[in-house]
Amino acid sequence: MPSQDATSPAAIPNGFGAAAVLGAGIGGFALAVIAIAADRVPALGRVLDFYKPTGPLSGVTTTALAIWLIAWAFLHARWQNRNVALGSIAAAAVILFVLGVLLTFPPLGDLF
Amino acid sequence: MHGMGFGALYLLACSGAIVELWRRYRPDGPGEISRRDEAFLRGYLLVMAGLAWLTVFTGAYVIYPWYRAVPPPGTSDLAGFPQRLLLSSATTIDWHSVGMEWKEHVAWLAPISITMACAVFFKYGRHLRSQPHLRNVVLCFLLASFLTAGIAAFLGAMLNKNAPVAGGRVIQIVTEGK
Repeated sequence: MPSQDATSPAAIPNGFGAAAVLGAGIGGFALAVIAIAADRVPALGRVLDFYKPTGPLSGVTTTALAIWLIAWAFLHARWQNRNVALGSIAAAAVILFVLGVLLTFPPLGDLF
Repeated sequence: MHGMGFGALYLLACSGAIVELWRRYRPDGPGEISRRDEAFLRGYLLVMAGLAWLTVFTGAYVIYPWYRAVPPPGTSDLAGFPQRLLLSSATTIDWHSVGMEWKEHVAWLAPISITMACAVFFKYGRHLRSQPHLRNVVLCFLLASFLTAGIAAFLGAMLNKNAPVAGGRVIQIVTEGK
């Protein structure tokens, strides 16, 4: 029986990739949700005004980036050495990301 | 530098990365992928991620404060105050309320997706050929990155056409009640 190379395709679980992909989907969706929330709730907009010259956009993006990185790190810790159901995870990630793109479009975001 | 430098380079690089990942890394792709080819794409994606982050950070923290500068009371010439200039006319108000409002958020989706694509490629490299589902979803995110960067670039160009951001040394901050 041939020995398996540590870097052969079968030796690399898809969990690393799945965590990165779903993390990006979560990050994209979080950005849109936080942007809408900051626009709807003036108090939240003021809280997210991290850097005055840029205004609430600074807090919206910083918070979304933090959520993205935390979600990615959490999923990475759970999945990095495993094979996971990539099909459903990829579908969820793409849906979340597309929703993020659509919800950042003001006429759609304003519906909420 | 923000748009015509980092942003334009990113858009140009995007098409190259999409073609390379689609053509060479598909399961029945042409020929063997050498370590040199793999290293090239790793470096290429890393530079792209750097360009994407430089674009959004310079946009949000250098250009945007100039865009939203507040004119001193009594100012009639709003040429140096792009946001106020757009808001001053019914024919241009949507360039701010739709154009800039979309641009300032959608642009951030590009670096998120290219960073993910870069990380996945660093891990899997040539082995993406044997992970077609993973390659396909990375390609989807690369396309989304291209699309979101394209939207931001187009809106940026149109906004600059209607109300040029000239920049300056003094930045006045928007404050409520003033």
